[in-house]
Amino acid sequence: MDIFYFLAAFILIRRINKRFKFTPLYAKWHALFNVASLVVVLFYTVVRITLETWADNLIGAAVLVGIVFYADREEDFKPWRKMFIVTYPLAAVGVITGITAFVAGDFYENNHGWFDIATAAAFVWMFARWAASRKQEEELKMASIKNTELEKLVAERTAEITKQKEELEETLQELKTTQAQLIQSEKMASLGELTAGIAHEIQNPLNFVNNFSDVSAELIDEMEEELSKGDIEEAKAIAGDIKQNLEKIRHHGQRADGIVKGMLQHSRASSNVKEPADINKLADEYLRLAYHGLRAKDKSFNAELITHFAENLPTAEMVPQDIGRVLLNLFNNAFYAVQKKQAAAGDGFKPTVEVDTSLKGKNIEIVVKDNGTGIPDDIREKIMQPFFTTKPTGQGTGLGLSLSYDIVVKAHNGKIDVKSKDGEGSEFRISIPV
Amino acid sequence: MKILVVDDEADVQPLFLQRFRREIRDHEFEFDFALSGEDALNYLHDKHSEVVLILSDINMPGMSGLELLSRIRHEYDEPPPMVMMITAYGDEENHRQAMDRGANDFLTKPLDFNLLKEKLRTFSTE
Repeated sequence: MDIFYFLAAFILIRRINKRFKFTPLYAKWHALFNVASLVVVLFYTVVRITLETWADNLIGAAVLVGIVFYADREEDFKPWRKMFIVTYPLAAVGVITGITAFVAGDFYENNHGWFDIATAAAFVWMFARWAASRKQEEELKMASIKNTELEKLVAERTAEITKQKEELEETLQELKTTQAQLIQSEKMASLGELTAGIAHEIQNPLNFVNNFSDVSAELIDEMEEELSKGDIEEAKAIAGDIKQNLEKIRHHGQRADGIVKGMLQHSRASSNVKEPADINKLADEYLRLAYHGLRAKDKSFNAELITHFAENLPTAEMVPQDIGRVLLNLFNNAFYAVQKKQAAAGDGFKPTVEVDTSLKGKNIEIVVKDNGTGIPDDIREKIMQPFFTTKPTGQGTGLGLSLSYDIVVKAHNGKIDVKSKDGEGSEFRISIPV
Repeated sequence: MKILVVDDEADVQPLFLQRFRREIRDHEFEFDFALSGEDALNYLHDKHSEVVLILSDINMPGMSGLELLSRIRHEYDEPPPMVMMITAYGDEENHRQAMDRGANDFLTKPLDFNLLKEKLRTFSTE
């Protein structure tokens, strides 16, 4: 039965050779494997013909163990170590058979059937192990194919999700742009409402500039007349008037200048730069603009404007055009409310809009009060929401108060409080830290 | 002739005083000023008999010029003072309302002082 050892060695070499196929190792080992398998066959033939049974067995086992030993020391065979290990029992049976045959020849001769069975069993077991490990390998291979498939799937999904994420980011960016555009258009809408007010506000100082220049020219003629008459005193008095007029021209020129600058500031995208600002001046300016803006649309409208501006108010750090927008929005709302109430209540109603400023601790407080229609309880909660408006479609963006809230609360760490009684009026209280 | 000018812009006062410098010096016209409709009514309450003509802006905060006009027509009948309305909005609506409420004349801003002088002279000689 010595053929089994050589057969095992031969098959082992062929199997490894087969495993190495299609791997980079094939080129390195392929020739050696062929030589080795040939050598095993030749060796078997030689040994079989020339030597006795005991030596056949021992040499067969030695060949097997030699191959296993050699393979064990080579790094390239590490993954196949299991295939070599399972030859140990066969080699062991070979050694035992050989030694027994040599030492106790009679015993071996009488029982050699058992030794053959042991050899065959070890061979079969080895083969079974190989088959099992091969199956395992195939399973592993299947698993790795499945893994690859899964990885591919995961990669596909990841790509899909990444794409979705990018789309979402794009949409978000679009929304942000739209929001910025909305804010800008809200500004422009409120500016549009202001146009008439601004025109009136600029017209007045311009009239003064023109009138005072005209009258000054006349005064110079008169002064020349007085001088030629020799009335120096009167000429001096006229000169004094002219000087005064020039100051007035300058004053009204600056007034118009301030209005135009304010308008530009209002329309410009906010710079978000906080600077010390005089809240009284800001409130006064925008109150007039809002009032004249409304009057330009409704000429019969008239309201009493009450202002209580606290003197010596400290300047507060703010973005003036933003706070200006808040005030403008509150004034516009107040005028809208009193106008609506006037339309409903008739002549007996005296529309009043009041603006108070004061210092409350470390906050500047601005109160805008009106005796208009008020805010019904059921919508009080909603008035700061974006796009909520009670105005007819196309007349309000619904962004005024929501932007005001953002400006005061988020950008200036301030507060907006609302008190209102349905049908009696509203009061908005803004406080901004000094 | 005493003229009351009602306008919320204070600088209207030196402007009138200078524009009518000669007339004032020659005692042709005399000017007084009020800064609001309420002011004007208070003034008239004391001196309505002295005032011959009232020149009022329409567009003023508080009592508007039109309201002042109605009050004057309602409260000061004997003799009825002449009232001329001035407004920056030279529009039909205000013009019609001013006329409806009994204004004698209607002027638009910017004021043409030569035209105003002529009109005042016509009134004073009537």
